[in-house]
Amino acid sequence: MTDNTFLLDGEEIPFQPGQTVIQAALAAGGYIPHLCYHPEFKPHGSCKVCTVKVNGRTAASCTLPAQAGLEVESDTDEINDLRRTLVQMLFAEGNHFCPSCEKSGNCTLQALGYDLGVMTAGFRHFFPDRPVDASHPDILLDFNRCILCELCVRASCEVDDKCVFALSGRGLGKHLVVNAESGLLADTDIALTDKAMEVCPVGVILKKRVGFAQPIGQRRYDPEPISAQALRDAPRPPAGAGHCAACEVEE
Amino acid sequence: MTRPQGDPALEPGLTLILERHLGKPHHVLQALREIQEAFQCVSPQAVGRVADALGVPLARVRGVVGFYAFLGEQTRGRYRVLFSDNITDRMLGNMELLATLCEKLWVEQGRLSEDGLVSVDTTSCTGLCDQGPAILVNGRAIPRVTPERLERIAELILAQTPMDAWPAELFAIEDNVRRRDILLNDDFQPGDALRVAVARVCVPGSEVEAAANERSWREGIPGAALCAPLSTLEEIKRSNLRGRGGAGFTTGMKWEACRNAPGKERYVVCNADEGEPGTFKDRVLLRAHADLVFEGMTVCAYAIGAHQGFLYLRGEYRFLLEPLNEILARRRAANLLGKDILGQAGFDFDIDIHLGAGAYVCGEESALIESLEGKRGVPRNRPPYPVTHGYLQKPTTVNNVETFCAAALIAKHGGDWYRAIGTAKSAGTKLLSVAGDCARPGIYEYPFGTPVRQVLEDCGAGAGKHSTLAVQISGPSGVCIDASEFERRIAFEDLPTAGAFTVFDTSRDMFEVARNYAHFFAHESCGFCTPCRVGTAMLRDTMDKIADGHGTAHDLAEIQELDKVLHMSAHCGLGHTACNPTLDTLKRFRPMYERRLKSLDFEPAFDLDGALATARRMTGRDDAGAHLEMEP
Repeated sequence: MTDNTFLLDGEEIPFQPGQTVIQAALAAGGYIPHLCYHPEFKPHGSCKVCTVKVNGRTAASCTLPAQAGLEVESDTDEINDLRRTLVQMLFAEGNHFCPSCEKSGNCTLQALGYDLGVMTAGFRHFFPDRPVDASHPDILLDFNRCILCELCVRASCEVDDKCVFALSGRGLGKHLVVNAESGLLADTDIALTDKAMEVCPVGVILKKRVGFAQPIGQRRYDPEPISAQALRDAPRPPAGAGHCAACEVEE
Repeated sequence: MTRPQGDPALEPGLTLILERHLGKPHHVLQALREIQEAFQCVSPQAVGRVADALGVPLARVRGVVGFYAFLGEQTRGRYRVLFSDNITDRMLGNMELLATLCEKLWVEQGRLSEDGLVSVDTTSCTGLCDQGPAILVNGRAIPRVTPERLERIAELILAQTPMDAWPAELFAIEDNVRRRDILLNDDFQPGDALRVAVARVCVPGSEVEAAANERSWREGIPGAALCAPLSTLEEIKRSNLRGRGGAGFTTGMKWEACRNAPGKERYVVCNADEGEPGTFKDRVLLRAHADLVFEGMTVCAYAIGAHQGFLYLRGEYRFLLEPLNEILARRRAANLLGKDILGQAGFDFDIDIHLGAGAYVCGEESALIESLEGKRGVPRNRPPYPVTHGYLQKPTTVNNVETFCAAALIAKHGGDWYRAIGTAKSAGTKLLSVAGDCARPGIYEYPFGTPVRQVLEDCGAGAGKHSTLAVQISGPSGVCIDASEFERRIAFEDLPTAGAFTVFDTSRDMFEVARNYAHFFAHESCGFCTPCRVGTAMLRDTMDKIADGHGTAHDLAEIQELDKVLHMSAHCGLGHTACNPTLDTLKRFRPMYERRLKSLDFEPAFDLDGALATARRMTGRDDAGAHLEMEP
């Protein structure tokens, strides 16, 4: 084994200093299921779906700095059971009704659920009361489906330089808020061209009047599972190479 | 973005507060806390003003307001009464008192009264377990609530008496120190430890001298000037002092790692966010031994080369703020803080106090640092650790209040003196916050290695009608032990503890104890990671289901499953330990759970077999095949 490689399920993965385990793995063609990690943003490790076992201990692979000689277990029954439970928890937490959801087929949570073999929510549903925000003429916010991945928060602050979204509350009461004294999206400076409009993995941030323009059956995850597509999307070399992407950097 | 002009009624007070924090984004929490205290809420207009004045996006300020339990965008009345809801408060009848108060004030729990005057609700443990039940009224602590005292409080509220005019004896808080050892007995005078520290010299030919010479070259400071700080650090290392916040990391190693971390600016942070239900020792240390705490911080600053310190004080201890600031002022006047401390050129250090606002998770050191920076108190990803990337991403040493006290004594008396006390792996003494079913609740200081039985005898547990059933060591994130384990010892190698020591006698229902703790964790989860955010709420609901008489063996199995998920994937210790009280009590007191179970197999949310009754009637069948599998 050379200095800059680690083992992922027995396969040797090369890495560059500063990369996290998932960044190096995806770049080298090793798939680790993930949800809140997005190759264009600094990993923050909240969904925990990318959890792996390293030298006997579990850790989120998106924030775990890659180190020479690590032995990473990912595709094992134990870890996939954990991931399945985490996805089930997300389904139980929000109000997810796939058959009537316009994001069905393009939804990362749904696609992960299929890929991990989630058959039911497995837990009692919380059925939270989360009113939608339809104030904006072109954009609908349906908070019922929010999984609190913070991708829109990160995109709006880091790319759009607007900080339209932020999180408030805590525990099960954690929720998305928007940057307006009225609390309504219409009073923010969000635009359809914003990066924040693209990144929602579920059906929270929706462009109005185009919901079913793309028919069911021809959507992103209809022809092949997410595990097959994720590797194609992984940038090579990934963003963040050369510095510790897991390290907090003061803005 | 333009905003409507603020509420003119808010203006003068608000402007005054904002002026102090103008252009300082790290002051968001401090500004919000002051606004909350002045106006009993942080209105949406005030959120907008804070955002503008401090230069932080409005949504982010709103996110901070939403994170802390003591902040709110809606008013909770001119008087907000919060009943501490630790299990010890429960055992002293806090819920009955709460119901009585609600009746007197014509208000429903959790709701604002019709006239907007008052609201009554519960809050997590306020750190007054030795003199509960305790309440907070507009953030001010009132201990020992009895029906008589509550009657007076209700009258004061109904008469709309300003809080400043309430009788002072309502707010009188006792220290209740019951056993003193080296720490509480020391005849420490301000400056004692620092005078010894700055006078230390390198032993010729010692490792410290070699290190000083090497660093002198690297850091560009004369070797002799490094001898005293490095020798002080050496004493801390020699003492084998371990952190008193619970995790027990070696203090000397932490300080040394911080000193060695690259960067010029360093920070010392004292974690006084004592939120673990059942513990209150830091309250007493900060009230009766604050000089020792500040001196320990200053010793740390000297050893690691820091110039700024923070004391992060939990919001529940707001009543300590003015006395602590007075002591800081006295120390500045005595040249124990400020520039060139004790005449040592370049030994500059000062301490600011930051107040929390109701968030247990901020006791986790990286969440505490986030909160110090004015943000939501969400634990950071680690590595990097605070010793290299802490406050403002600079090297930061975070220690518990009691750790700094011990460090001051070590600086004064030396590391060898300290390591001789306690056990081989646990040097020194430990302060225990004893509460619950015992005759003499309060603070007990013991050398490490003291058996639980000794503590129980000294505090008068089991002396009454009932013997002692169990002790919760170190609060809900610690362990629950039963009578067969009372010979176990308070020490890192046996029963590590941050200090809480809660006694339960045989009249108590340990299921209800665990249920109270499950509610606590669900309430205090920061919500950052999926397993803890959802898992703690599921545990809470399952415990409630069992309490309501709908529990089954399936539910107990589900708790085991949740525990596994939380241990494997939660972001911080809160999630890792959330199921511990339930599993500990389930293991030791299983009958207390089983007698509540509806059946020992599975009970769905609705009656499946009952749903077949119509079909049985229509077909005239009642054989086993016409029934779902049932318990006999």
